[in-house]
Amino acid sequence: MSYQEKKNVVNIVSTLLITGGYFWYVTQSGPAPDLSTEELLKFWAKSMLILIPVSIVGKIIVHIVFSIGNAIATRDHKIPPTDERDKLIELKSNRNANWIFGAGFLIAMFALVMDASVTVMFVVLICGGVLSEVFDNASQLYFHRRGI
Amino acid sequence: MSKSFLSNNIRSLRFHNDEMTQQQLADAVGVSRQTVVAIEKGKYSPSLELAFRLAEVFDTPIQEVFSYTPEK
Repeated sequence: MSYQEKKNVVNIVSTLLITGGYFWYVTQSGPAPDLSTEELLKFWAKSMLILIPVSIVGKIIVHIVFSIGNAIATRDHKIPPTDERDKLIELKSNRNANWIFGAGFLIAMFALVMDASVTVMFVVLICGGVLSEVFDNASQLYFHRRGI
Repeated sequence: MSKSFLSNNIRSLRFHNDEMTQQQLADAVGVSRQTVVAIEKGKYSPSLELAFRLAEVFDTPIQEVFSYTPEK
């Protein structure tokens, strides 16, 4: 398995673990069932805003650990250069991921139109975001293995 | 527009260049070994610039490295 493929697998696992772990923690501490719509909006907006630094810090730590672990396991300290094929794979995968995120956004809006609660809308939005990131890395893995 | 097929002689050119390894070729043209593997297997069509760089490494015209066959 190449460095890029390993990186994609690590990205998928870390995305699922970090986001899953964070939202498990968030749902354990709230929201209270009697919150008004305005308070619910504030709660979810705050949760999503906090997720950004948590996710960035978590991924930096995971990548440092991965790079060290990979260097020890392969005894190769050089990180392979990102070339034109990697960039093309990234662009194609981003396009696929954008479709997934767009679909998640539309489903979230549809849920609101169908009188679902704000919580349902945010959960659908978050799931769309996580799925799009997983799909992004899974697409990259696929293109690296099968070719473009 | 018909589907095109790009084939290459990189494997034999490497062999005739003192059995150059894929890694050595990758380093010479500034890409990863995986990209060289993908090009050799026909899974990736390189950019024109990379194709010329590959030809330059083998010191041969580009048409000796790549050949284009349109689907009949």
